[in-house]
Amino acid sequence: MNHLTEEQLVLHYYGEEGDALGAERHLDDCPECREIYTSLQRVLNVVDSLPVPERGPEYGAEVWRRIAPAIPARRKWFGWLPVPSFEWRWAAAAISMAGLLAAAFYTGRHYPQNAPFRPAAVTAAADPQVGERVLLVAVGNYLERSQMVLIELANADPKGKLDISNEQERAADLVSESRLYRQTAEHTGNAAVAGTLDEIDRVLLDIARGPSEVSRTELEGLQQRLKAEGILFKIRVLGSKVRTQEGKNAPSGRG
Amino acid sequence: METTDATFVARARTGDSDAFRVLVERHSRALFRLAFRMTGNQQDAEDVVQESFLRAYKQLGKFDERATFGTWLYRIAANCSLDLVRSRKRRSEHVAQAGGNEGTDEIVLQLPGHDPTPERMALSGEVRERVLEAMQELSANERTAFVLRHFEGMCIEEVSRVLDCQPGAAKHSVFRAVQKLRRSLEPLVSTAK
Repeated sequence: MNHLTEEQLVLHYYGEEGDALGAERHLDDCPECREIYTSLQRVLNVVDSLPVPERGPEYGAEVWRRIAPAIPARRKWFGWLPVPSFEWRWAAAAISMAGLLAAAFYTGRHYPQNAPFRPAAVTAAADPQVGERVLLVAVGNYLERSQMVLIELANADPKGKLDISNEQERAADLVSESRLYRQTAEHTGNAAVAGTLDEIDRVLLDIARGPSEVSRTELEGLQQRLKAEGILFKIRVLGSKVRTQEGKNAPSGRG
Repeated sequence: METTDATFVARARTGDSDAFRVLVERHSRALFRLAFRMTGNQQDAEDVVQESFLRAYKQLGKFDERATFGTWLYRIAANCSLDLVRSRKRRSEHVAQAGGNEGTDEIVLQLPGHDPTPERMALSGEVRERVLEAMQELSANERTAFVLRHFEGMCIEEVSRVLDCQPGAAKHSVFRAVQKLRRSLEPLVSTAK
């Protein structure tokens, strides 16, 4: 009679032995194997006797409270401020809108007397210069950094696989930033800017979510896509427009 | 319908810390159990849980969405635990050299069944020490593979994904772990005659 090996006995214990019935039959008939198997069960029972302290349902929230202050800022906000949380971003958007309304109200109050009266909200929607200037500065900064990431990838020429984890990290940062710019652009009626930001965002998102190591073929695919969609060209055009517009909108010291 | 981990991972990757909080709340208890079984110490397990989530957050950009978040997190926690166990082991070697093993050869248990017996309960402190020592004798892969298979009930296929190796290698690690534990702990158990 062929005895079961130690490995077969271990696998049988865990229910991973292919011929479970055959092993069971053999254990019934073979006192030697049965003794080894019983000894194995006893040893594993001893291991099972290790008590594990139970954690309650609130444990997860407790862990979060402990780690939340130490969560490193994966996303950057204007390059140096820590990442705003979801609520903070909405709060920031609300504050920006309130600022726009206040600016519009102030403009309305100090406009020449003969100008027709317009409610503050209407003024803000029709005359979004203040909001646009804020948007332009942020978008200019965002475009420059997006361009840098994409140029690095567009010009890479590796012999084998390329580790793009650094570019991925930066792309992920940019994606999280662009959402608010897009929303602001839409709010201020800047559909062209919002559209281009959306296109850049899609490429950056694919980079951020893709593998951190890319083969030469995968990289070439990305480079072709950048070329076909003219992303770098669009970034340059938008960047140039943003700079020009920024110059025009800069406070002239009038008054 | 409960939102899947994948949805929260995708949101967390775009900087949504609320989404990451949900993942922490979902996986903390399981991670604590794993960490405790790997380290054998509550405080160490707490540290491992926190460190694992911090590492996971930093590495979210590298997470391959084809894998499951839980498996990926287990891998991180297993590595954190092993780092900690190694540093503890170095410390315990000093204790052992100072005579911490005396008397342990005399411990013989009678464990006829699966259920906890009064004998087992009474000697659990000593048993625990011996089991922890035996566990520390396992290599990193053996220890992880054993904890995942034996305690977490993962199949060999899942263990291999956590260890990032072939199923055959994972199976072998489990086998080697059990073999070593059996050699270390067999003197502890004897059949009631």
